[in-house]
Amino acid sequence: MAPRFLEGNEAVAMGALTAGCRFFAGYPITPATTIFNAMLRLLPATGGVCIQGEDEIASMGYCLGASMAGWKSMTATSGPGISLYSEQISFAVGSEIPIVIVDVQRLGPSTGSATRGADGDIQFLRWGNSGGLPVIVLAPVDAADCYLLTIHAFNLAETYRCPVFLASNKEIAMTRESVDLDALHVPDIIDRKPPLDSASFQPFQVSEKRRTPYFLPIGGSVPVRQTSSTHGADGYITTDAKQISENQWRLKKKLEAAVEKFTFFDEQAAESDTLVISYGVTARAAADATDLCRRAGRSVGLLVLKTLWPVPAQMIRNKAERYRRVVVVEMNLGQYVQEIQRVLADRQVEFYGQMDGQLITPIRIKEVIDGR
Amino acid sequence: MAASLLNKDRPPVFCPGCSHDRITGALDQAFQKLGLAGSQVAIVSDIGCSGLFDTFFHTHALHGLHGRALTYAAGIKLARPGLQVVVTMGDGGQGIGGAHLLAACRRNLNLTMLVLNNFNFGMTGGQFSVTTPSEARVGSGFLNQLEKPLDICQVARSAGAAYVKRCSSYQSGLADDIAEAIAFEGFSLVDIWGICPGRYSRQNPLTPKIIAESMAAMPPADGVVEENRRPEYGSVYRKTAKGQKTVHPPHVEQQFQPPGTGRHEILLLGNAGQRIITAGEILCLAGMTAGLQATQKNEYNITVLRGPSVCEVILSSDRISFTGLGQPDVVIVLSREGVDRRKSLFAELHPQSLVLKATDTQIPDCSGAVHLLDFKKMGVKPADRALASLAVLAKAGKIIDIEMLKAALWLRFTDKVQDSVLGLVERVGSNN
Ligand code: SF4
Repeated sequence: MAPRFLEGNEAVAMGALTAGCRFFAGYPITPATTIFNAMLRLLPATGGVCIQGEDEIASMGYCLGASMAGWKSMTATSGPGISLYSEQISFAVGSEIPIVIVDVQRLGPSTGSATRGADGDIQFLRWGNSGGLPVIVLAPVDAADCYLLTIHAFNLAETYRCPVFLASNKEIAMTRESVDLDALHVPDIIDRKPPLDSASFQPFQVSEKRRTPYFLPIGGSVPVRQTSSTHGADGYITTDAKQISENQWRLKKKLEAAVEKFTFFDEQAAESDTLVISYGVTARAAADATDLCRRAGRSVGLLVLKTLWPVPAQMIRNKAERYRRVVVVEMNLGQYVQEIQRVLADRQVEFYGQMDGQLITPIRIKEVIDGR
Repeated sequence: MAASLLNKDRPPVFCPGCSHDRITGALDQAFQKLGLAGSQVAIVSDIGCSGLFDTFFHTHALHGLHGRALTYAAGIKLARPGLQVVVTMGDGGQGIGGAHLLAACRRNLNLTMLVLNNFNFGMTGGQFSVTTPSEARVGSGFLNQLEKPLDICQVARSAGAAYVKRCSSYQSGLADDIAEAIAFEGFSLVDIWGICPGRYSRQNPLTPKIIAESMAAMPPADGVVEENRRPEYGSVYRKTAKGQKTVHPPHVEQQFQPPGTGRHEILLLGNAGQRIITAGEILCLAGMTAGLQATQKNEYNITVLRGPSVCEVILSSDRISFTGLGQPDVVIVLSREGVDRRKSLFAELHPQSLVLKATDTQIPDCSGAVHLLDFKKMGVKPADRALASLAVLAKAGKIIDIEMLKAALWLRFTDKVQDSVLGLVERVGSNN
């Protein structure tokens, strides 16, 4: 098919629809509003529900309720809303409720600049839940990624029963571009799994082989319990330290041990001593910067991360192996570079960041690569 | 009558004499009166002593965050309209989630909310809540004396709740009242007054008789609120949704060969009302009709009807990676406000950069090739300046041509508007 002219936010909404999303609750906040607008155009007509929450906390609550009732659900906000989502995010983490959360990042702190881009929430998304358990964060580079990674986000939320974030950015979300979605390779759509035998169903029962509990919906033929309290397999409060500890470790390993199954990235390997690592909209400037370098007679490698959390440490180590020097570029004052420094502790890791509402330019990145 | 839905393995664990015990029993009886099975009911409980309710029943259950129970309940009900969803919440959670109560009353989704109103935060040590009387002695020192307690029933009523009932935990027929509220088609709220011997009544004399007397002194709240009666939200939503159409942005087929290759950057500088953003979109669509890649970035004030409007467009025969502009190939200058946003750019333009400038707009010293557009002479209204400029650009035929521009207008507009924009392009394209 021919391309469409879409902004990243529209591509997110279309990806959600392809993934089987049936419920969206959001509220107006620049630069995420157009996801709400698009969902309102897409969902009700197809038998789903899109509602405008009275606030951020409510929007998340509606989604968690609908998700527990068996509907794939999504919400979208920006940094100021993520902070208000926080307690509900913790609920989704601890009580294993599938949900996709789009954070269209804007320049912070706080109200900041509603119409300026940034990638300032990258550590916040990881650590913004009480208890500090891991979450999945995917970072799109362009409208095509907004579509594809939203589908992956739903698949992951269903597979691992967890919140999955799409860390978008005003500069992708509200920039329109020509994109042929039909030419993209769309993954198979995954739905949460019901137990083989629902008669003996326990809402948080797991096995050696399976770290994620099976799912039955609230409202089905078997009464189902959900709780935000520390619980055992039966969904009732527990004070058994052994049971509690095992469950916390399971929630951690469930995602961290599986990251290789959902490590998304792009790579341009090069015979070079330098590897540039970037993500999000900045990766587009980094790609142009490596082109500029090549034309100037210097080849440089490029690694574009699309799975940010859990940190795909093994992949990063493999890809960085042949390079002596790593340059991390991101649209903040140094967030993900901390992970790169940790993972590549034996390498020379340099950093360039910018937080002024402007895109980092290819020329500036080339200067950093050239050591200027 | 159906069987009891009480969970025999988990009997209530409230303090002796706690009125929650009575409400638990009454709720079970209400379920039985309505003939409900456990799988037909979801209890959404809040935090605090009222948050234990879900564990005493064999039903679907969701125990969430403090004050937010109504939000989960709404999500569940929208996805499962056939399920009876009952929310249990204390007066503490009521204060925390006040916005959600207002929203639920206004929305009229078929939920039942039981407020277990015992005038304090019991579980945390008897602090004052939104319903604590000013004269009560509670765990918040003198603070409650400075605030006026809230009448939940009056709040719910004025927020649009169609069913509001005030009850005592001790009155006969409580089960019937709860059953009636559950059976009501729409949002129903039952404000159930009770005694918390664990925390509240140790310092404040409160008996079933005092409760009954206090309630009698309150404005009546006795069930259906006629002036708020209206169709239930979910059923109206589903009916309205059926008539909606899913609209996707259109595909743009390649119809032409592009006039040139490589990357072209076009900057439009104008103000609100000049349809700068629309012109940028048309320019991109025009490029796409010749198979070009396109990106568009906009900048405007939040006051959309006033202030600068700036649009950055890239058209390229190759993949567009970086979406920012370097030195644009074309700058379309339509108003001073837009120019002010990009002042420093003019001195750095390439000599071959084309500047299409309205005669009535000043720009700083400029190194590009300036071409003047006298819109007055051309008979172009302010709102059509941007589109007219595209026609001039298309006539030059380097980045887009007139056929591409017309094809974009065909895609973007219909009916009368289409006729008028095509007419404008026709006119400007042939005159200028
Ligand atoms: S603290 Fe009060 S509300 Fe809680 S169980 Fe005891 S008496 Fe009942």
